[in-house]
Amino acid sequence: MTENLSAIFYLVSSICFIMALRGLSSPDTSRQGNLFGIAGMVIAIGTTLALPSVLSYEVIIAGIVIGGAIGAFIAWKIEMTALPQLVAAFHSLVGLAACFVAAAAFYRPEAYGIGQFLAIRPGSLIEMTIGLAIGAITFTGSIIAFGKLQGLITGSPLVFKGQHPLNALLGILLVVLIVWTVRDQTEFGFWLILVLSLLIGVLIIVPIGGADMPVVISMLNSYSGWAACGIGFTLGNSLLIVTGALVGSSGAILSYIMCKGMNRSFFSVILGGFGGETEGAAARTQGDKSIKSGSAEDAAFIMENASSVIIVPGYGMAVAQAQHALREMCDILKDRGVKVRYAIHPVAGRMPGHMNVLLAEANVPYEQVLELEEINRDFNQTDVAFVIGANDVTNPAAKTDPTSPIYGMPILDVENAQTVLFVKRSMASGYAGVDNELFFRDNTMMLFADAKKMCEEIVQALN
Amino acid sequence: MSSQQLLDRARQLAEEAERLAAESVRLAQEAARSVTSSAPVETTGVDPFIFGLTVLVLACFVGYYVVWRVTPALHSPLMSVTNAISSVIIVGALIAAGPAEANFSQVMGFCAVVLASVNIFGGFIVTQRMLSMFKKKR
Repeated sequence: MTENLSAIFYLVSSICFIMALRGLSSPDTSRQGNLFGIAGMVIAIGTTLALPSVLSYEVIIAGIVIGGAIGAFIAWKIEMTALPQLVAAFHSLVGLAACFVAAAAFYRPEAYGIGQFLAIRPGSLIEMTIGLAIGAITFTGSIIAFGKLQGLITGSPLVFKGQHPLNALLGILLVVLIVWTVRDQTEFGFWLILVLSLLIGVLIIVPIGGADMPVVISMLNSYSGWAACGIGFTLGNSLLIVTGALVGSSGAILSYIMCKGMNRSFFSVILGGFGGETEGAAARTQGDKSIKSGSAEDAAFIMENASSVIIVPGYGMAVAQAQHALREMCDILKDRGVKVRYAIHPVAGRMPGHMNVLLAEANVPYEQVLELEEINRDFNQTDVAFVIGANDVTNPAAKTDPTSPIYGMPILDVENAQTVLFVKRSMASGYAGVDNELFFRDNTMMLFADAKKMCEEIVQALN
Repeated sequence: MSSQQLLDRARQLAEEAERLAAESVRLAQEAARSVTSSAPVETTGVDPFIFGLTVLVLACFVGYYVVWRVTPALHSPLMSVTNAISSVIIVGALIAAGPAEANFSQVMGFCAVVLASVNIFGGFIVTQRMLSMFKKKR
């Protein structure tokens, strides 16, 4: 296959990837979009295999079969609640693959037409080392994110003195190393860049708390794209550049949306230290107000006699795997003529769109699942807001208390509903460490239980 | 503004974005063509890096307009599908693993092929699983 012909095929493949993302503009076209993505990947791999320099088919096919079998097995077996950590783990693989490709290109540059060993064209070597650095940061960063999401490492932020100066220093050192490696063409410098980038990847993710994970995952998604982009520049391959840019901008936009959902700047998330046990000490002083707690029977009675109910799910629902029991409860309510809808806050859960996937898994039709802007005004005319496993995203302090750490964050106005039912395991505060004044209101009833158990009990009471 | 006006405005914006995206795709195609056609004749002046940069910037614009159109409900599938397609880095891995004789680079290439394959299969399958769950009302 001539170079021109393969470039045309790569172009077709890039268009397929664009169509894959475009398909996601609505659930109806999304499956077709995914097929476009698969087609693009098949074309890209087929074209590369047809290149004259690619000869060792046995080795390559063995690699694809081994990797494919592992990937397919994991993807079929994974629970939908474990999706965030799966995505984090997959990101780490892209990062590591980028490192391997960079190393391969460094030791055999002639295969890519960018010079000889230790005499690589400076421009290509800059691109290669940048690709290597981003790949390595993505790799270790994603591993840490995976560990936090999976609960292998503590989710609370790890902050120590001099953290930011240290990171800045390492960043500068990385730039110096890249310059040195490109100027002197040294093997040692290349590996030093790898080691340093691996270290930076760990250091930039450890200070970020568990609840900021939606931003972190989106950010790592973006990085994995830029790593592919850097390798694309090294190889002079426009397919890799286009795809890397698509993925990179997609991750960046998702990070932006998540930050806006928390009313925090991107930098304050990256610098970390938010959440955990350090904040909110002042908010806890309003201690002994009375709360009203109820049983599953009470909740069943209230909802049965309501004409409309809005469900507000949060991460707690995912942890308790309560989505199926919740849907069963809502089905009964719907059969009795209650209008049931779901309200999703942009940062509910541990990754963008997490709640939507869980509700879809439980067979909730997507027309009933609404975003914050679509449904927020309807709380006024709603009889019951049923908050399950969410907390901070409903806290009115975000609107009224300028001293609150979550002040300015857009929230779901559940307090406007006639009655608010809170399913919670205890009175513990949310990740921001702030008490929710809603708990103490007259029209609030607390339902203390595991989310799944409570839904099942309500179903029993309704029957 | 009434909700009808808002809806109309949103539709207008969406159409505009689509038009821009299509335009950028066309430009990106042209840029890609010029990259491949000019690559062998490097002496003509413009550095391949500049062509790469052109492709990069145009692709970022395409990405920007396309991703903003993705409905928030599908942000998780968006993540997993972008994760799958970023494994297109397998192209570089295949070239490294390609030569008949075994050496360090080929081993590196082989490892990268395995990792990228895990991602490609895993990413597309998990996306398909998610998308097949988004159903309309019965």
